[in-house]
Amino acid sequence: MCGIAGLLGYGTNRPNYDSLLRMIVVQKHRGPDGHGVFLDGPVGLGHARLSIIDPEGGHQPMHLPETGLAITFNGEIFNYIELREELLAKGHKFVTRSDTEVILHLYQEYGPTCVDQMNGQWAFAIWDSRRQSLFLSRDRAGIRPLYYTIQSGFFGFASEAKALLSLPFISRKIDSHALAETFVFWHPLPPRSIFEGISVLPPGHNLAVGLDRPKPEIRPYWQIRFEKKNGDPDDEHYFMELKSLIADATRLMLRADVPVGAYLSGGLDSSVTTALIRKEEHAALKTFSVTFADPRFDESEYQREVAAYLGTDHAAVNCSGGDIARVFPNVVWHAEQPIVRTAPAPLFLLSRLVRDSGLKVVLTGEGADEVLGGYDIFKETKIRRFCSRYPESNWRPLLLKRLYPYMENIQKQSISYLKAFFQISQQAILNPLFSHIPRWELGANNLLFLSEEVMAELEGWDPLAKMKSLLPEEFESWDWFSRAQYLEFTFLMPGYILSAQGDRMALAHGVESRFPFLDHRVIEFGARLPLRLRMNGLVEKYALKRAARGLIPESVIKRTKQPYRAPDAASFTGPSVIEPEYLADVLSEERLKAQRLFNPKAVVLLLQKARQGRVLGVRDNMAFVGVLSSQLLAEQFLGASRHITN
Amino acid sequence: MTKSDIIVSLQKFVIETFLFGQDKGLKPEESLLKKGIIDSTGVIELIDFIESAFHIIVDDEEIVPENLDSIDRAAAFVMRKRADL
Repeated sequence: MCGIAGLLGYGTNRPNYDSLLRMIVVQKHRGPDGHGVFLDGPVGLGHARLSIIDPEGGHQPMHLPETGLAITFNGEIFNYIELREELLAKGHKFVTRSDTEVILHLYQEYGPTCVDQMNGQWAFAIWDSRRQSLFLSRDRAGIRPLYYTIQSGFFGFASEAKALLSLPFISRKIDSHALAETFVFWHPLPPRSIFEGISVLPPGHNLAVGLDRPKPEIRPYWQIRFEKKNGDPDDEHYFMELKSLIADATRLMLRADVPVGAYLSGGLDSSVTTALIRKEEHAALKTFSVTFADPRFDESEYQREVAAYLGTDHAAVNCSGGDIARVFPNVVWHAEQPIVRTAPAPLFLLSRLVRDSGLKVVLTGEGADEVLGGYDIFKETKIRRFCSRYPESNWRPLLLKRLYPYMENIQKQSISYLKAFFQISQQAILNPLFSHIPRWELGANNLLFLSEEVMAELEGWDPLAKMKSLLPEEFESWDWFSRAQYLEFTFLMPGYILSAQGDRMALAHGVESRFPFLDHRVIEFGARLPLRLRMNGLVEKYALKRAARGLIPESVIKRTKQPYRAPDAASFTGPSVIEPEYLADVLSEERLKAQRLFNPKAVVLLLQKARQGRVLGVRDNMAFVGVLSSQLLAEQFLGASRHITN
Repeated sequence: MTKSDIIVSLQKFVIETFLFGQDKGLKPEESLLKKGIIDSTGVIELIDFIESAFHIIVDDEEIVPENLDSIDRAAAFVMRKRADL
């Protein structure tokens, strides 16, 4: 995996070597194996390389003078061997074995539609010197990041926003709307990033910009669509097809010129991908997991069981609250967005373990919950719908207690409070965003921590109206499950799971993660899977569980799903917790006033509540982590004041 | 302790604990649920406060919005419970 960057100068502006080098150096963690810069008149491309395929020949930026094309590319095209064969048959000549060169030839042959043929995870930019234009593309699911901006007479892009912010002519300011959106949705809504003036290219989109068209043209080339197919095959056919698709995705994703390892959480998804790797490869396989000192979060028993069953060489990093607090500033620096949970921190420690073990590629089970219907929010929605059809029932809401056995506060609630918290009513069910409203409203209640200055900038802002404006026309015609899946897949997954928790945590230590469940063939399969096979009764990921039979231990298939969680505020403070040195400073009234993002009085009371060891609910924990990470982010990226503009 | 004393005490607790010092114009009759002030943990915290501040025990079947979903309701509930002591 790599870090990319580039600048296109308008008018007389020309990018220079130093600017590009600066953009690359700040992303060196993504590509510690080498770097390169390409300059051609108005354009400059930069690249930090993590060499995985064709270590000798795959240097970047790659320039093919006879075509007039140059590329800087982050990611992998897993079907590059097949594409290369087809291009050879069409007369293309290759000088390397790399997938990078395949993209260039594919673009030369097909233009922007070349991405339709690509199976992989990518963010790249191609400079077409003959047309004097740049073509940028990002993979379908949003695995690899891509930021861009137009400022001071330049179009700039990079894998990470910090590369753009390293340039003196890029302004630095926290975007108030993005901050508020993060508190509600856990991430800014695309195309916003947390930095004002810097946008993300949404997943499945291409961008074209040139000297004759300075305003970027952004077009989707792929979107998930939930369409019912006629002639529903029998269930067994679906299980077979799913197994075969995941096996093929895993096979393709094992393509690398370096050893490949795997994450093993102890849950269904990573157990399946690890089992498929073992079937595909007979060499020793290294697997990695996080264990927690706190048994409420720990899954080590299942991890050991699967590792023993599949015969892997397993290693784990044990994570305590103190560990989370210690690395948290680094986590925020790499995540480069506020986070409302500490869950990325253990993954930061995990990728370090992988790197220390000598590996730089891992396969993981990420994506299965979105694509095949695994999250608790799907079950919760089903139960809420069931309850809302007969709101007077005092028996139906008991199912909500069964859903969250690990949440003590839910267990203690009376039926009438349960109905209120989960919004059980015949009216609520009519809302097309029914599945996510309680979650988003919970987050929205924390907007009270924002400063008056930020709130003033939010005047007229309506988060739900903004969310609705981003939905496709057919959204309301889909069934309730597909709607909930769409929201998870399109927003939370790229906005938080794959970025703050995925790409950034892995690449903080130069580790590339690959996701068989996010092969676009698996995604498209998931979108046409009948509802009864996504969730059967209250059995989540039913099709995957059936497809997994014989691959992994039955105990893992049958176990209750444990959401991946980590201790939040309790990692930083409490009566018996040694606070990290930075906490009191970063959340001091003085520093809060300096950043002007939060209401100091409210934050001081929140900190006091956490320090006293009073019970903090989900909302308080999210506020604590959200405020702390935002403060750290602002201080790290903006300096002493959030309005610094160079 | 009068009802207005109880209201003042409850109001202070709710504003400090759930609104972190910002009263947002909270009125005693307003629903804590509808205003998004109280979550599942908040209910437990509120009961804990009521029990320790007013020396009463809240029975399981009494933990319902009818008794607790506004400062007014909670104050009236406390008054009833104290009258039963």
